Amino acid sequence: MTNEELQAYLTGKFSNAEVKTGKQYVEIVVKAEDLHETAVQLKKTPELSFDYLICLTGVDYPETMQIVYHIESVEHRHVAVLKVNTADRTDPKVDTVSDVWQTAKYHEREVYDLLGVKFNNHPDLRRLFLDDSWGFPLRKDYKDEVRIVER
Amino acid sequence: MSEFKEIIVSTDKIHTDEYLVNMGPQHPSTHGVLRLLVRLEGEIVHNIQPHVGYIHSGIEKMCESISYPQVIHLTDRMDYLSAHMNNEAVALCIENALQVEVPDRVKYIRTIMDELSRLASHQLWWCVMGMDLGALTTFFYGLRDREHILDIFEETCGARMTLNYSVPGGVMFDIHPNFQKRVKDFLKEFKKKLPEYDQLLTGNVIFQERTNDIGYLSKEDAIAWGVTGPSGRGSGFSCDVRKHQPYSAYPLVKFEEKLDTKGDTFTRYRLRMEEMWESIHIIEQLIDNIPEGDYAVKMKGVVKLPEGEFYQRVETARGEFGVFIVSDGKKNPYRIKFRSPGFSNLFALNKMAAGHKIADLVAIMSTLDLVIPDIDR
Repeated sequence: MTNEELQAYLTGKFSNAEVKTGKQYVEIVVKAEDLHETAVQLKKTPELSFDYLICLTGVDYPETMQIVYHIESVEHRHVAVLKVNTADRTDPKVDTVSDVWQTAKYHEREVYDLLGVKFNNHPDLRRLFLDDSWGFPLRKDYKDEVRIVER
Repeated sequence: MSEFKEIIVSTDKIHTDEYLVNMGPQHPSTHGVLRLLVRLEGEIVHNIQPHVGYIHSGIEKMCESISYPQVIHLTDRMDYLSAHMNNEAVALCIENALQVEVPDRVKYIRTIMDELSRLASHQLWWCVMGMDLGALTTFFYGLRDREHILDIFEETCGARMTLNYSVPGGVMFDIHPNFQKRVKDFLKEFKKKLPEYDQLLTGNVIFQERTNDIGYLSKEDAIAWGVTGPSGRGSGFSCDVRKHQPYSAYPLVKFEEKLDTKGDTFTRYRLRMEEMWESIHIIEQLIDNIPEGDYAVKMKGVVKLPEGEFYQRVETARGEFGVFIVSDGKKNPYRIKFRSPGFSNLFALNKMAAGHKIADLVAIMSTLDLVIPDIDR
């Protein structure tokens, strides 16, 4: 599907999501409680079949912690961006999608490690790169005490 | 004979426990500081838990306080064998955001450098793969030939591995007057050397025994675990970004996406060997046709991206590399994320190696072609 067709289809399919035209890809913004169901639908619906999670990451905005999923369909070759805004920036929680896309298991561990996002129902949520004593370095209010980043 | 039978029967009753072995962080076959916590029963691998982060360098955090052209320098340090592709990804992302159209000459030069990097990377992978399986000769053959490519890089941009050659708007310098001749000479020589590689390793009986039907990964698993590059294509997952989202001069050249559905270690090995031939074909189509023109467009002294989110995908030697930039209109990125191919590929290792012998684990890991700074970032 082209981006326009995809946008029209998604708008009809997900009534509780906000579907908008991004700069490159169609963006689907959902609430945290709808995330898991939307992810399942995105993968299972034959017309969409988003089966390949390219990239999973988080962005710390002043008002929310946003999790961004770049997804592609291997069969149809269309790409979309799924976004979820967490309610609480300081203690963000979203459902895991590691049961939908297996690779998310480790991408979510990375996001937890660097941004402190807790993924509900994650099978093994531990820090990936850093020691437990570290803060969450990719948050904007992180204090860079060892002055690695800013000199 | 009866005594002998009794011994065999009694070994059945020996109680074996699962035990844990740390493979790494200093182990030659992990190609860097990676620790695999391997759960074993005898020699059989039951489960692998990779532990990463030994050389986590916080590149994404560092990028938030430096300017865009400086970001490109740091991308060399992630996957140092695909340095030029990483540079190009950031450069392309910035150019798309600013809607800068680069001259054709730049596209040709970048694509030739991409494919030379891919050749150099695959050569190193091939020679190390042989070494991992106990064939030291391959190591010298591979490094000997790779040296020619590094010499070409050095003459072009002054660096052998951390190239930093692609900049926003073009490439840093024009190609050296010798460039085309040297590349053609190298290709002519290397085409004679590649069949030698096959004679040395591919047809070797021991090598065949250790790679055929080992480390199977299904197409569904490859997609689910995001395994890209030759590793994913070996399972039938068509994931070549050069084909599906072409960039630079790739829309202009004819090449084949090598695919196979067998999904074992030998298939992944064979596809990389075939990819080297494809790289040679791509360079041959471009090298004599580099258009005249500027090697860069004039950019503003300070690069500032418009507000918004930008994503760029490229195909490195290991798979799909992605750059995700969130800009708030300032001269440094608000947030930058590098989607590295090695990260996703590594975690599919358990899927491939569980149930095999620990010696097979080394062969399987070798065909994943891991570069650890790429995983840790």
